[in-house]
Amino acid sequence: MQIAQKKRCRICGWVLNNSALPFDFMGKGRLWGSGLSQTQDAFVEFRRVQKSYDGEVLVVKDLNLKLPKGEFLTMLGPSGSGKTTCLMMLAGFETATHGEILLDGQPINNIPPHKRGIGMVFQNYALFPHMTVGENLSFPLEVRKIGKADREVKVKRALDMVEMGDFINRRPAQLSGGQQQRIALARALVFEPELVLMDEPLGALDKQLREKMQFEITDLAHRLGITVVYVTHDQTEALTMSDRVAVFNDGVIQQIAPPDVLYESPDNSFVAQFIGENNTLAGVVDSIDGDVCQVKLDSGDIIDATPVNVSKVGERTLVSIRPERVEANPKRLKKGAHTLKAEVLEFIYMGDVFRTRLRVAGNDEFIMKTRNAPDQQRLTPGEEIEIGWLPTDCRALDA
Amino acid sequence: MTETTGPLLAADGTPLKRKLAQSLFRSRARAFGLTLPLLAFIIVVFVIPIAQFLTQAVVDDRYSSLMPKSTIALAEWDGVSEPSEALAAAVVADLALAKENKTIGKVATRVNREKSGARSLFTKTARRAAKMEAPFLDALYERDKKWRDIEIWQGMKVASKKYTAAYLAASVDRKITADGKIVRQDEQRRIHITLFQKTIWIAFLVTLFTFLLGYPVAFLLSTLPMRTSNLLLILVLLPFWTSLLVRTTAWIAMLQGEGVLNDLFVAFGIAGDDARFSMIYNLTGTLIAMTHILLPFMILPLYSVMKTIPPSYTRAAKSMGATDWTTFWRVYFPQSVPGIGAGALLVFILAISFYITPALVGGQDGQMISNFIDYHMRGSLNWNLAAALGGVLLVIVLFLFWVYDRVVGIDNMKLG
Repeated sequence: MQIAQKKRCRICGWVLNNSALPFDFMGKGRLWGSGLSQTQDAFVEFRRVQKSYDGEVLVVKDLNLKLPKGEFLTMLGPSGSGKTTCLMMLAGFETATHGEILLDGQPINNIPPHKRGIGMVFQNYALFPHMTVGENLSFPLEVRKIGKADREVKVKRALDMVEMGDFINRRPAQLSGGQQQRIALARALVFEPELVLMDEPLGALDKQLREKMQFEITDLAHRLGITVVYVTHDQTEALTMSDRVAVFNDGVIQQIAPPDVLYESPDNSFVAQFIGENNTLAGVVDSIDGDVCQVKLDSGDIIDATPVNVSKVGERTLVSIRPERVEANPKRLKKGAHTLKAEVLEFIYMGDVFRTRLRVAGNDEFIMKTRNAPDQQRLTPGEEIEIGWLPTDCRALDA
Repeated sequence: MTETTGPLLAADGTPLKRKLAQSLFRSRARAFGLTLPLLAFIIVVFVIPIAQFLTQAVVDDRYSSLMPKSTIALAEWDGVSEPSEALAAAVVADLALAKENKTIGKVATRVNREKSGARSLFTKTARRAAKMEAPFLDALYERDKKWRDIEIWQGMKVASKKYTAAYLAASVDRKITADGKIVRQDEQRRIHITLFQKTIWIAFLVTLFTFLLGYPVAFLLSTLPMRTSNLLLILVLLPFWTSLLVRTTAWIAMLQGEGVLNDLFVAFGIAGDDARFSMIYNLTGTLIAMTHILLPFMILPLYSVMKTIPPSYTRAAKSMGATDWTTFWRVYFPQSVPGIGAGALLVFILAISFYITPALVGGQDGQMISNFIDYHMRGSLNWNLAAALGGVLLVIVLFLFWVYDRVVGIDNMKLG
């Protein structure tokens, strides 16, 4: 889409018709003038940002984050993990207690929200109930003093973009949740910001609609080339939508990585537990040899694992194995796989997969997911079986 | 099933609507039964007395019941020609009767309302009425030449009607002549229209002031954290726990010539000791005291509406580039309008009928229509006019209510 290639003001997101600005129209020379000399590829940057509301507890602890232009970054984490606070600091509704937030190389700590030019989509959509859809979309253009004819063109284009062109004269109350969501999206994009923040925008929608909107939002973001910071507590949403995911817990980013890396190589047990389903076995590190370590489980079994954040022998560890990496069919077990005895506690037929709950090394909640295939046997509770996995799929994490 | 053109039927063949009404009857009857004591109480002590009192605005049988003979004669008289001998005879007979029954005072007062000077004429004539002999008309003329004035007779004709629009007319500075025309009251007797105008003006000003003072307070209350806002809300409600009389007299202590405020003004050199501000016993005093007393009625509806406006609206507006003022004016303010409507209507209707405060601190120019109604109730004992004035006030309030409904919409109002 050509919008992305136009020259814009880097703070407010206006598309500029002439490349040279005759005067400092934002009233803040440093925003525009010195930005050109800095050669940083980070479009948004958090530098050692801390935030406390009461002076006693840090909600955000020493946050460092860089994201390049055009990236779709999701901040994922349980409630109270500091992700929304980060978003609000970026939008300008909260001030950082310490540290700097930079937008396109310029510190924006002291710029009020309305001068940041960042589009925002809210959880409850925040569509103005006393205005029609058209007036809602026209609002950001009006406050930018864009002429009426131009406004109408832009509003129409934005509505067409979300396929809501026929709803221009409706009131928000007359729209369904999904339709309101689209209008909120169009309103955040109509003034062509380069950065758009979304605060759990799909939280109020039902599952089917949510999945549809997930696709539409990512598609739109990539087509327009905008940078998106997306906050959610839904890990599926984070995995399916993002270029990178930052997992928050306790005011700290636990891991920031593309979805596949996050899922397959979690850095610590919080990430492993939070993203997807995960089996954990507690034990003590027995030996470490390069990228293989041996863990003595509490049940006495010794297994091989990949050391991730264990450093010395004798340390407590949680070994993490994804349910779908566990195999019970001896024919399917790969070479070098590690086997362990297990007792079947529960067998659930789920259509495409079988979900089996096992007792493994004293853990009653060990889940195995096996694909429904002709050669896959169906297990019965009480059965004693042998299960196995590859040591590379088995990660020794912090306890 | 294609023949379902008639009303839907329940399983046993009765129409569904009737069935539904039957099944809901019990619960409805019980709910209604619970409200019955209050309903009965309100009807007995509120609705009936008020309705009865308001009828006095158009019903006045004082003359017709006390002076029965002349009432019939006056009804036959055309109101312009010279009174007939028969009419004069009836009047003299009635006056003699009234004198005997000691009701002449009431009759004289009644006629005096239509034509001043009638009271003394009636009492004077009544003293001799029993001894008067035919021809009665000449006897009356002889007794007092005022009887030659046709307006006295016309006044009697108006007063003799049991159902009369005279009081309603008087309450809007009109009078009804003997031949049934409605004309404007004499210049010096036109007071009610001005008073109604002033009452509406005072109510409007008080509404405006409470809005200007209350809006920021309500906004603050709605944005503060729960603990602090609850504390402040108690401070807003505190005046409710004090008697209206106490609050009003407190304002007298504050505002009077030797009062707290004036002392401060003098101390700070804002006013000279010999030129203190007169802030009480005038319009200023009424406005200040009423604004203070009615302020909570503005703040509470505003607060309850503002509390429901999510902060994400203002955030959204700012994220789209709106300045603080634009955000307030285009986004926040329109959503607080239901609260403004409710508060303004509440304050206005309470203010338009305010009585104690203007009576105590209003002086000459701070009086409102209620004070005049009170005067007619207790001072002049003209209950009919009081009822008429009250009726007109009620109509004005209902009319404004109707206008409000048309302009703002009554369902656009939130009281809490």
